Amino acid sequence: MRRFALAFATAVACATMGAAQDVVAPGGVAVDEYGGIATSLTGAPGDPANGQALMDKGSGNCIACHAVTELSHLGFHGTIGPVLDGAADRWTEADLRGIVVNAKNVFEGTMMPSFYRTTGFVRPGDAFTGNAPKGDVQPLLTAQEVEDVVAYLMTLKEG
Amino acid sequence: LTLGTCAALAGPDDDQLVINGDLEIATEAPAPAHLDGALGDTIYSGWRYREDETQSVQADDFDNPGMLGVEKARDLWVESAGTGEESCQSCHGEPEEMAGVSPTYPKWDETAGEVQTLTMQINECRTERMGAEPFAYDKSDAVDMTALLTSVSRGMPVNVAIDGPAEETWQRGHDLYYTRFGQMELSCANCHEDNNGQMIRADHLSQGQSNGFPVYRLKNTKLNGVQDRFKGCIRDTLAETFAPGSPELIALELYVASRGNGLSVEGPSVRN
Ligand code: HEC
Ligand code: HEC
Ligand code: HEC
Repeated sequence: MRRFALAFATAVACATMGAAQDVVAPGGVAVDEYGGIATSLTGAPGDPANGQALMDKGSGNCIACHAVTELSHLGFHGTIGPVLDGAADRWTEADLRGIVVNAKNVFEGTMMPSFYRTTGFVRPGDAFTGNAPKGDVQPLLTAQEVEDVVAYLMTLKEG
Repeated sequence: LTLGTCAALAGPDDDQLVINGDLEIATEAPAPAHLDGALGDTIYSGWRYREDETQSVQADDFDNPGMLGVEKARDLWVESAGTGEESCQSCHGEPEEMAGVSPTYPKWDETAGEVQTLTMQINECRTERMGAEPFAYDKSDAVDMTALLTSVSRGMPVNVAIDGPAEETWQRGHDLYYTRFGQMELSCANCHEDNNGQMIRADHLSQGQSNGFPVYRLKNTKLNGVQDRFKGCIRDTLAETFAPGSPELIALELYVASRGNGLSVEGPSVRN
């Protein structure tokens, strides 16, 4: 599954946001009792176009497990998770942010990875090398990338 | 809440494998009792999840590139090595006389006091009995030699023992199978038990059975050892993986083999 994630989160996204000090760290996210996260991780609006790109590649690669009809030109969507068409009809923005940050808070024991969490892993590695991690584990998506993906999911309306 | 529907579930196909027109391979079998229904009533070889094109390459030994490894191992088999200047043949005769050996591996070795894989057994003969260097674990000579030994057992059912002195190792393998490794937090069972038949991006997930090993993969155009495959699957969960030959992968090899008890030995098989 090289295609899950190749590029790792770097500080670059924070640097371009101007207000890096407002970024909520993976350990400091305020999660409600249903797993939802009401406030933006960055305070900056998400970019749905970048969110769409992350659905396909980089550290997101959501379509490894989910199909999205609008992205059918990309080919080879997974069938492990639900089709994401209409996700914004089923979920609020807070829910969706909660699902992307740590789906395990919303769906107990789910196979979906936690994209903004850095602790609690069994034998985390150094990307796809199979080696031990070099330093601290970085989240799969940066805070801004989470916001971008959430912004994209919010466009997935059917009704 | 109702989640969106998944695309049609696509399990194993109905194709049957007969090699060279006469060697019948059981690519499905009743699930072993120890699985307790975890894979339903029936276990399937990974062959049943591959495209027709890939499947057909394995149906004829002239097409199967894995047989080149078997041929290389036939040379190794008769090649004298080590301090005793002996070959495998000097003690074991023709490779065909080893028919029935590979389906029982990994197995408990009383003298060594441990569970041994076929590769370990081969290396034991090389180091202890021939005074030769061991083959590097899951590297070409080792994989070729296991391919020779599985090829003469093709069609026989995998039959590894999981009780008695092997039980402790088997249990360890079981626990590893259900451990969610790496930053993706995925266990073998997440992919191969809960989601076999599903697509993970472009890959059609099988039950992750090991009866086909060693496997010639069209993707990397070589014969792959089973522990090397495990290592790759663990690495892909963004984990620090285990090395072929490590106690963890030995235990996992026994456990995974036991999930396929009853399937025919297929090695060297062909997958993508
Ligand atoms: C390894 C598989 C996997 C990956 C990768 C994955 N998901 Fe999921 N996702 C699931 C599964 C399985 C569920 C169903 C929840 C459950 O376990 O019951 C799910 C549920 C969801 C849901 C709620 C379902 C609904 O009604 O639409 C959303 C939204 C979602 N995922 C978004 C994403 C996004 C965005 C990404 C990438 C950033 C992603 N997923 C990556 C497996 C995955
Ligand atoms: C000097 C004699 C000798 C040589 C040379 C030798 N072996 Fe062995 N081999 C044995 C003996 C003795 C056993 C143990 C029989 C037992 O304990 O079941 C054995 C066992 C094995 C077994 C396990 C059989 C079983 O039923 O579990 C395999 C496989 C094997 N040898 C492969 C090889 C290969 C491959 C080579 C060459 C690289 C080789 N041997 C070279 C003597 C030899
Ligand atoms: C993220 C998903 C995933 C995880 C986790 C995973 N695998 Fe796999 N595995 C695959 C894919 C994809 C393939 C290739 C298609 C197939 O045969 O299923 C594969 C293939 C295999 C095969 C080869 C099957 C054949 O017929 O050639 C074996 C054996 C295997 N896996 C065992 C394991 C074991 C043991 C673990 C846990 C240590 C594991 N896998 C974890 C995705 C995974």
